[in-house]
Amino acid sequence: METVKRKLIDENGLRVDGRRPDELRPIKMKVGLLANADGSAYIEQGKSKIIVAVYGPREVHPKHIGLPDRAIIRCRYHMAPFSTTERKSPAPSRREIELSKIIREALEPVIFSEYYPRSMIDIFIEVLQSDGGTRCAGITAASLALADAGIPLKDLVAACAVGKVDGQLVVDLNDEEDKEGEADMPLAYIPAFNAASLLQMDGQLTEEEFFKALEMGKKACLKIYEMQKQALKERYLKIKESVEAGEENQEA
Amino acid sequence: MPLHVEHKQLVVPGELLAEGDYLPGDNTYMASGKIYSQRVGLAEVKGKKVSVVALKGPYIPKVGDLVIGQVVGITLGGWLVDINSPYTAILSVPDAIGKPFSPELGPLAKILSIGDTIIAKVIAFDRTRDPSLTIKGRGLGKMEGGVVVDLAPTKIPRLIGRKGSMITMIKKLTGCEIVVGQNGKVLIRGRNPKMVELVIGAIRMVEEQAHIPGLTDRIRAYIEQGKQG
Repeated sequence: METVKRKLIDENGLRVDGRRPDELRPIKMKVGLLANADGSAYIEQGKSKIIVAVYGPREVHPKHIGLPDRAIIRCRYHMAPFSTTERKSPAPSRREIELSKIIREALEPVIFSEYYPRSMIDIFIEVLQSDGGTRCAGITAASLALADAGIPLKDLVAACAVGKVDGQLVVDLNDEEDKEGEADMPLAYIPAFNAASLLQMDGQLTEEEFFKALEMGKKACLKIYEMQKQALKERYLKIKESVEAGEENQEA
Repeated sequence: MPLHVEHKQLVVPGELLAEGDYLPGDNTYMASGKIYSQRVGLAEVKGKKVSVVALKGPYIPKVGDLVIGQVVGITLGGWLVDINSPYTAILSVPDAIGKPFSPELGPLAKILSIGDTIIAKVIAFDRTRDPSLTIKGRGLGKMEGGVVVDLAPTKIPRLIGRKGSMITMIKKLTGCEIVVGQNGKVLIRGRNPKMVELVIGAIRMVEEQAHIPGLTDRIRAYIEQGKQG
């Protein structure tokens, strides 16, 4: 029997979930939702749901792994056993260990780690539900959690993937597009420096497509960056509004 | 050259604050002539200096700071003290009792034991060494009675207020004795439990509303209302 591959882009040029090629999935961000962590953030990007907790800078244990001139940064990316359609073993897989490393390296350039020698900063990224793009959403949320923890940053890091499906470049791939498509290129972008701190590629793109994909990724990251700034401010503005509303009530 | 923020405006890391003829202050950095924020906080413009008052962040000890800490360990020559910071502080015997250690003192736990809360002053700290404390001095020493309340260390200046205006007002209105540790610990002692409760409520308000102007007036109203009710 011959299996027919589902078309990823329909005749109107829309993708499997009805998005245009340069359209992001609906994104929701929340900051400061965990009381026990120094900083925390939650992101929902389409059906992907991720929670991030940041601890630190805190004392290093065991002491000898600390560095004399800067803080060490540790990162753990982990997928919950229930985050995928088939149960995922909770033990860290090869993939998770690698992603932990590259996410750490994507965030390290923005952290003023030299301010806190002999200490460490821990970042825990927990994927609750996975539908593609979790490394990028993880980076986006982790930079929010770092900012929420009050750790000095040069800038926030925004991340988004660009890929090629059915011969067309699209941003923010979901799981199906990622698996069935021809290429996937995650990008983490630091707007203040106009620099990328993560750039990977699976599959194949021509040189021309690559540069076009980079440009699309940058645009998508800037949209996410605006949402990040909004999410960080929102909590404080909400309190401000409620206090000011209370004062007006008293005066009235 | 332009300033991109207003005084007291809420800013986030990476936000452009000013360009050109300005100087970077606290919690900001300069890159290719532009000044950016490092933290979530309120922008502050004083003349040519642009800085950010952080809303959250760790406590980094400074020499001369008054801190409230808890004894977490005893070593051969002193105590280890948790001061709510990435660095555990050391209180050595001479800084605690004013004379050098001698075996005749007996076990150090007789002087201070694990779990004791102390009011101390930072006497030395740099990036190669853990902070050293002393409890010799007026108002310093082991805490006897009272409650300790946590507040974000970055909001301590807000609780104290300009030239101590906020804290003196709270003290005057409630009659409580309040010791403010720079490390985000506040010790409250008072005869009247209701007044202590009002002080705790006021500290919670500082925690929540530090970024909103007019805080002193709101806290005055809160305490006065609480005293009547």
